[in-house]
Formats: sequence, C-alpha cells, structure tokens
Amino acid sequence: MDSWILSIVAFLPLLGAFFILLLPNDHHVSIKHSAWFFSILTFVASLCLLFRFDTVATGMQFVANIPWVSELGISYHVGIDGISLLLVLLTTFLTSIAILSTFSAVEHSHKGFYASLLLLETGMLGVFVTLDLFMFYVFWEVMLIPMYFLIGVWGGQRRVYAAIKFVLFTMVGSLLMLVALLVLYFEYHTIFGEYTFDLLKITGMPLTREMQMWLFAAFGLAFIIKVPMWPFHTWLPDAHVEAPTAGSVILAGVLLKMGAYGFLRFCLPIFPVATFEFMPLISVLAVIGIIYGALVAMVQKDIKSLVAFSSVSHMGFIMLGMMTLNLQGMEGSIIQMINHGISTGALFILVGMIYERRHTRLISEYGGLAGRVPVYSTFFMIVLLSSIGVPGTNGFIGEFTILLGAWSYNKVYAILAASGVIFAACYMLWMYQRVFYGKITNKANEKLTDLTLREKVVLVPLVIMIFWIGFYPKPFFELMEPSVKTIITQVEKGRGMYEANKEARAVQSALDEEAANGNGDDQ
Amino acid sequence: MFEYIFIVPLLPLLAFIINGLFHNRLSKGFVQTLAVGAPGLSFILSIALFFKLLTLEPSQRVVEQVLFSWIPVGSLQLDFAFLLDPLSAVMILVVSGVGFLIHVYSIGYMAHDPGVKRFFIYMNLFMFSMLTLVLGNNLIVLFIGWEGVGLCSYLLIGFWFTKKSAADAGKKAFIVNRIGDFGFLLGSFIIFWAAGTLQFTELAQKAPDAFIVGGGVVTWATLLLFFGATGKSAQIPLYIWLPDAMEGPTPVSALIHAATMVTAGVYMLVRLNFLFVLAPTTMLVVAIVGCATAFIAATIGLAQNDIKRVLAYSTVSQLGYMMMACGVAAFTAGIFHLMTHAFFKALLFLGSGSVIHAMSDEQDMRKMGGLRKHLPITYKTFLMGTLAIAGIPLFSGFFSKDEILWKSFSSSNGHIVFWIIGVVTAALTAFYMFRLLYLTFFGEGRYDKHTADHLHESPRFMTMPLVALAVLSVVGGWIGIPYVLGGGAWFAKFLEPVMAQMPAHGGAEAHHDATLEYGLMAFTIILVLVSIYLAYYFYRKNLAKADSLRQSLSVFHKAVYNKYWVDEFYGATIVRPIVNGSIFLWKIVDVLLIDGIANGLARIVGDMSETFRRMQTGYLRGYLTAFLIGVVLVIGFLVVR
Repeated sequence: MDSWILSIVAFLPLLGAFFILLLPNDHHVSIKHSAWFFSILTFVASLCLLFRFDTVATGMQFVANIPWVSELGISYHVGIDGISLLLVLLTTFLTSIAILSTFSAVEHSHKGFYASLLLLETGMLGVFVTLDLFMFYVFWEVMLIPMYFLIGVWGGQRRVYAAIKFVLFTMVGSLLMLVALLVLYFEYHTIFGEYTFDLLKITGMPLTREMQMWLFAAFGLAFIIKVPMWPFHTWLPDAHVEAPTAGSVILAGVLLKMGAYGFLRFCLPIFPVATFEFMPLISVLAVIGIIYGALVAMVQKDIKSLVAFSSVSHMGFIMLGMMTLNLQGMEGSIIQMINHGISTGALFILVGMIYERRHTRLISEYGGLAGRVPVYSTFFMIVLLSSIGVPGTNGFIGEFTILLGAWSYNKVYAILAASGVIFAACYMLWMYQRVFYGKITNKANEKLTDLTLREKVVLVPLVIMIFWIGFYPKPFFELMEPSVKTIITQVEKGRGMYEANKEARAVQSALDEEAANGNGDDQ
Repeated sequence: MFEYIFIVPLLPLLAFIINGLFHNRLSKGFVQTLAVGAPGLSFILSIALFFKLLTLEPSQRVVEQVLFSWIPVGSLQLDFAFLLDPLSAVMILVVSGVGFLIHVYSIGYMAHDPGVKRFFIYMNLFMFSMLTLVLGNNLIVLFIGWEGVGLCSYLLIGFWFTKKSAADAGKKAFIVNRIGDFGFLLGSFIIFWAAGTLQFTELAQKAPDAFIVGGGVVTWATLLLFFGATGKSAQIPLYIWLPDAMEGPTPVSALIHAATMVTAGVYMLVRLNFLFVLAPTTMLVVAIVGCATAFIAATIGLAQNDIKRVLAYSTVSQLGYMMMACGVAAFTAGIFHLMTHAFFKALLFLGSGSVIHAMSDEQDMRKMGGLRKHLPITYKTFLMGTLAIAGIPLFSGFFSKDEILWKSFSSSNGHIVFWIIGVVTAALTAFYMFRLLYLTFFGEGRYDKHTADHLHESPRFMTMPLVALAVLSVVGGWIGIPYVLGGGAWFAKFLEPVMAQMPAHGGAEAHHDATLEYGLMAFTIILVLVSIYLAYYFYRKNLAKADSLRQSLSVFHKAVYNKYWVDEFYGATIVRPIVNGSIFLWKIVDVLLIDGIANGLARIVGDMSETFRRMQTGYLRGYLTAFLIGVVLVIGFLVVR
C-alpha cells in the first residue's frame, strides 16, 4: 500500500486534467470546481504521506521500483525523504490555493487553463518524487509545456515574449543537463558494466575530479537558471509580470525550488568534490543575488516585478544556506524554500486580487488603500512582514538559521547577506507606504471593495502557515534533519579528495616556481 | 506561582488576538475594556511575581520557564522560554505598570478618534512584545520582542497614515531600527559560535571560559550588539528616528518612545553585563557614545519649539545617561535611571498630550502660555515631572541621575570628562525643561480666540494617570537612596545578583572620600539651580531677552535648530546614492547589459536561421544548381589532390 501512495499523489492531478478535458467547454463552474476538487484530493493524499512518514529513518520511503525499459536501465523508481516530502506538501498545498485564488481571474479557455495547472502539478510532483534520472529529465521538461501555455495564452500584454524567454532560458540549461546525464549513464556502464539511470546507484559512484567538475557545471547551469541566480535571473521578472496570478504563484512557489532541489538531490551528493570546488562561486552569486535583487526591487514601478526581484533576493538566501554545508545553514535553506513558497505565493495572490479590481499593478496608480480596504491591507501587511523576516513569522526562522550557518562558513558572505535584510525592509515598506498610506488620490480607488469570503479562504491558510512556522517550526526541522544529515555525509566524502588535490596543486605550483627559480640561477 | 510567568505577556496577546479578529463585531467599550484590562491584570500578576521573588534567597532569584522547543537545529537548541530574575522583575513592573496607566490615559485621549479600536489593538501587541522582550531567557526570544516592539512602533507612529509625514516617520523608524538589528544579529552569531549557547544563564556561566577578557571575539560581539542598542535606544549614530517618531499619537510617544521600547537597548546591555565587562574597549565606546548623545541631544533640545520635540530630544539625552552608566559599569544605576525616567518622562509626555488636547492639537510652544490657570492638574503634575527630570533633590530623577554622575567619576571605568559633560548636560536639561514649563504654563496666552474658548482641563481618564505618575516621579527614587545620604541603596542591592563583577584590572577600585561625593553633588545641584534661574530670567521675566539671546548666538542657534543637519547628511551620503545606484543596476545592468546579451544571442541565432531558411526556396532548379556546384567542387578537390 505504502509504495502506491506516492504514485497516487503524483498522478492524481493528471487524472484531474484528463477529467477536465472531458467536460463540456462552456461549463465553467464545473470545470473550476473539479479542478479545485482534484487539487484538494491531491493535497489530502499528500497528507497521508506525512502521517505515515517515519521521521527517524534516514533513506528513501514509500519507494516503488518497477523496471520500465530494462534494456536501457530505465525504471519507474519513486521515493521520498524528508526534504522531498516537504516540497511535495508545498506543491499540493500551493496548487490547491492557487486554483481557488484564480476562480474569477480567468476570462477565456477555462478548460485549457485548469488542465494546464493540473498537468503542471503532476510535472512538479514528478520531479520531487522520482529517483530515476531519465524520468527526472522527462518531468523536468514536461513542466515547461503547461507553464509555457499558462504564460503565453493567459498572460499579460508581453506574454509571448515572456513565455518564449522563459522556455529558451530553461531549455539552454536543460540541454546541457541532458548531455551530462548521458555521460553519467555511460560512465556508470564503463565502471560497473551495467546501464542504469537509478539515482541511488549513481549517487556515490567514483568519478574523477575533472569529470565531476564538468558534470557539476552542466547540471548546475540548469539549476542556476531555474533558481534563478544572478546573472541568469532576467527571465523571471518578465515571466512573473506577464503570467496570470496562479502561474506566478506556482512559478515562485514551487518551480524556483526545483533549481535548489536539484542542487540538493543531484549536484551535491553525486559530485561532492566538485561541490567544494564550486562552493565559492555559487556563494558569491548567491550573495550578489541577495543584494542586487533587493536593490533593484526597491526601484521597481510595478508591484509584481518588485515581488519578482525580491524572489531573486530570497533565492539567494536559499542558495547561500545550502552552500554552508552545516545543519543550520542547510536546514534553514530548506525551511526558507517552504517559507518563500508561502510568502511570495501569498504576495502574488494579493497582487492578483487588486489587479482583478483595478487592472493595473503600477504602484503610482494606488495610494491610501489602507483606509478603503482595511482587511486587504492587513493581510498584505502580515505577508509583507513574513517576507521581510520579522521574528514570529516564518521568514525569520529561515533567514536566521541561514545567516547563523553562513557565519560559521564565511563571515564576509554572512555580513553582506545580512545587509539584504535591511534592504528588504526598505523596498517592502516603501512600496507599502505608496500603495496603502496617504490619502486616496486616484478616483478609481474610491470604489474598491474589500476581500470576498473566497479570497479570505484563500489567504487564511497561508497566514496560518506563516505563524505556525514562525512560532513552532520544530516539526519541520525534525522532518528534514535525517535527510540533511545524509546529504552532508555524502558531500563530506568529497572533502578528502578536494583537499588532497588542492594540496597537490599547491605543491606543484611551488615546485614549478622552484624549478623556474632554479633555471634562473643556472643561467 | 512561578508557573504563571508566561501569563504576563499572554494576557495582552490574547486581548490583541480577540480584538484584532473580532473588532468589527465588538463594541468600542468592550474593545477598550479588554485592551486596558489585559495590561492591568499583567501588572497585578507582575506585582505578585515580584513579591514571590522577594521571598527567595537573593542567590536563588532566577526562575526559568520553558514553554516549548522553538528552533532546534543541530547544536542550536533554542527554547521559547522566559526568565524571571530581579532585573526582569523590575522591568515587567515598569512596563506593565506604566503601560497600564498609559492605556487608561488613552481612553480619554483617543476618545474621538475613529481609529480607536485599531489603536488599542496595536497597543496590546506592543505590550506583548515588550513583555516578551524583557522576559525572554535567550537572545532570540528577546529578539522577537525587540523587532516586535519595532513593528508596533512603526504601526503606531504611522497611526494617522493619511498624513505623509506620519507614514514617513514610521518607515524611517523601522528601517533605522533594522540597521541596528543587523548588528544585533551578527553579534548573536559571534556569541553562538564562540560559546555554543544564546541562553542568558548558560551564557553567563560559560562566558568567562569562552571569551578572553579584552579579546577580539568578545569585543566585536559586544560592539555589534551595542550597535543594535543604538538603533533601539536612539543613540548616535542611529538616534535620528526618534524625534520624527513624535508624529504618532501622544500616548504612543509616552509609552513607546519614552518609557519602554527605547530603553530596550539599555536593558539588553544590562542583561548581558557579564559579556560587556569582558570587553573594556566596548565599555569605553558605550560610555563615550552615551555621553556624547546625552550632550548633543540636550543642545538640540534647547532650540526646539514643538513641545513634543523638546521632550523627544530630552529622551534621547536621558537615554544617553543610561548608556553612559552602562559604559562605566554602573549597570544598576542605568536601570535605576531607566525606571525613574519611565515615570517622569511618561508623565511629561502625557502632560504634553493633555496640553495638546486642550489646545486643539497645537504643539508649538510659541503659541501657548499661561495654561497654568486652565489646566491646574496638568500643570501641577507636569511641574513634578519637570522637577524630577531636572534633578531637584528628593525627586526621583535626582537620585538616579546623581548615582550615574557619581559613578561616571568614581568607577574604575569612569573619567572626569564623563562627569563634566554629564553635569553640563544636567544643567542644559534643567534649562530646556524650565524653558518648556515657562513657555507653556506661564505668562500671557499667545493663542487665538477660538483656541481660548475651547481650553479645558482633560477628562478624568487622563488626569488620574497623570496624578499616579506624578506620585511615582516624586517617590520613585526613594528605593535607591545612596548610603552617603543615609539610604540603604536597596535597589542596587536587589539587582546585585544579576550583575557580574568587573574583572580586576590594575588594582582595586579607587576609594573615594564621602566628602568628595557630597561636594560633587552640591556642585551639580547649584549648577542646575543656576540654569533654572536663567530659564526663569529669559522665558518668564522678559521674553524679549530670549530673542536677543537667540540672535546673539545665531550661528549656534541655527545649527541646533536644524539638528546639526544630520538627517540631510545621511540623505546625501547614504540614502540617495543607494537609490541612484539601484536605478543604475536596474536600467543599465539588468535591462541593458544582461538582457541585452540574452536578447542579442537570441537575435544572432534568429538571424542565422533566417539566413539558412532562405536557402530552402523550394525551387528544384536551385537545389540542382547547388548540387551541381557541390559535385564539381568535390571532384575538383579529388583531382587537384
């Protein structure tokens, strides 16, 4: 039984998508409701995973491993550990919320819209649960298609440009990843005489330092673009600004986490030596992202692109935490993935709500909303506080543990990253002031209506999560701790080779220098 | 009894939650009762806890209550836990007591404001945060309160958010405090990785082993924490937010920006006194910054015309005294002054609120005068507060300020320079406070007819807290009368168990003669009386002389009136470059450079495909020609080879 739950969770949305396609075109209400029904069902199913999950065990759980194309070593191999469980829960939770939030936003082709969202959910869940590299690649690419349509068909004015940019950026990365994947596959055959895409077998296989470097770079590029890290982030603001609300929520909430997840699941454990080699580079990019994202967010004129740039900043925190390779930093990084999904998801939903009413996202169009729509303003304030990491909200837990971990890893990075916390307060509060405070100057805002019941139902679970993680994050840390320890052990295996190599290079260069000096003396 | 510690902050939190969720359905009366009752009950409970604590042996007065495990990650095991010891017992008494009185006052002050429910919701959240701050048993629970009070301060300063200046001031307060919090966080990181714990009692035990006295680690840690304190407690260089914070309703200024929140930095230093004494360099920095802040803020206070701004700069100045006390290792004196200051400064702010209320929201002292007759209770209580802050013997402020001044001279960390500047500041304080008193309550009324018709003493809800605070401002110092004046220094003895001993450096503390102490005390008193006379001379007897005084000192006056242009300086050197730099990053780096490269690559690929696409004309003759040329070339190549 246990081994099937995972597959049920992953493919329920797909079933939902097919079901919706069978419905008549003009039955908008039943389309919406069945989409929501299937997403809730998936969420409930994923909760079963949580309740049956063994928090003490290390290793993968709910494993199902069925040979598929055995000649090529491809199998249907799924399983989760604490980290993927949290991300699966995040995905099912956010998708059901995103679907409910979008009921009144879609204006045409309802069927395609909701089917795309559900198809997207299966793609994302697949990425998090699969333990077969081939299947991973398939899911990774499958996700692109519904997302492309979500942006390109239901998006804003520059939707086609944004959709193509999104796909091209991602494709460039994933092509290299495909090559790297095949290299791994053949390398494994050379060493062990067996063709396999099995992640658990491939993890820990002996690879030379050079090989690790090349493969890490190829995988890493795909993940860095997805995260996105500076300077590969420019697809993100465009995609966000043009995407419909539900698309933005999923994009920020889950899709970006796949890049970070990719590092955790593939780059770090499979290429431990290369991890140490690339650590400084990735950390620097992360720190640049934190500050750069925050500064650029500050001067945005469109609320949605402000939130998009804040994502760049927050994802920098996540990547920095991961690179610390200590428990505080890495667990902080994972909890921050959840936090960012919740807070930024909520921010996009909130922006979407006001957009539905006024059809603009320009900050300058607003002002004085706090007096007109107090409930909306309060929700916005709570989510904002979570986003800038005020203690008592989830954001603080993540940022604090990441920075604490970063301090023991590298003080300069920690100091620079911590300054991002100041800038976060600047851009968010400045935006809030211009949108919500002051007097209403724009006539159009005088007729704004406050949140409806449905909108409150959408936001309340997010707010509950914000405070739950803020005050009682213990269960989350307990879930992930064994898995994080496993990854750290796997990476630490590479430290010996990395340091031996560093030493060897140092000795070599010293010898070269000596030789050069010696030659000089001879002459 | 001690299992109820958590109820103290919980009560205002519950009131906040209930009022926050259901204020639309609850009547104004109910919201107010709940909001005022909660801190009232917290106060009663605090009294009970205080007396219960007194029944224990002095060395046993440390009670911890662990509620739940909060952030458990690897070696970091943070509990959500509270600590009750003499220091936090004093603090919860002051916070809940003064807080309760100010809540009562607010019923009257905010009676006609349409946002009164929202006001009380924020105030309760503040009480919760502040009580958590002083009760937290580790640095990070303290930090919940620390940023929580900052948040409430932001919300309450910007309470009248339709006013741009109010919204600006709130934002400024939050961001400046965030800059300080940056230091706080980094400081706590250093402590955690050096000592392995952030819990106060554990840290106090481990500190002597974990840190080398005067070593770089503890010096950096304490300096960074102190930087955090300069944000919260409005010290140089981060004091700039506090004067602007006066945009908030006056009870807020009294509660948050005088009595409680702004003292959080001082509290934190005292809480960590065992760390700070390990870092002599930091102590010196703290003393210098405190001393300089006390003096500079007092000079600015001389020239302000807005009644609340005078009090705001006075608060900055008095906080400087407290910091200076910490810097010279007179931690108990710092807390003593913190307490008496909470009484008299809350009183002064509430009194000024009563004046503003009566004057139909006028805050400019140049348009007041002669209010003594119209606001008798306000006047009498305000006078008590003024005498207390000026340091007139027997009033509370005298004892606490005198102890700080004496320690700044006599402590092994002290210096005669600290004492001199401290005494001059005391004289300036007396001057600007009596200037305020005379301009407001004496002389002829300088207001228009309309205002005059509306002049009235404030309602009972407002005057009762004034009277209570006036009593405290008079007698509050009597628990700390020093030995030389025949007292028992009870307050210092009570706090003794919390304080670490200074590590001995260079022999025992110099022993001073009691005669010297009397002499310095007498000198201070005389100087204070002289400046009160000067204030009387210029602002009571002949106001015209005050103008000529101002003109003869025009350069100095201009400088202090414009607050030494510090805000403008920060604007030009920090704020504007950051904003311009950000615009550059966005427009140039992001859009032009990175996107330019990405789009450029896309265009190159596109153009190339366009070129290749043209070859696929679909005409057979074209393909044949190309084929023929190819064949000829290949054959030619083979032949020539």
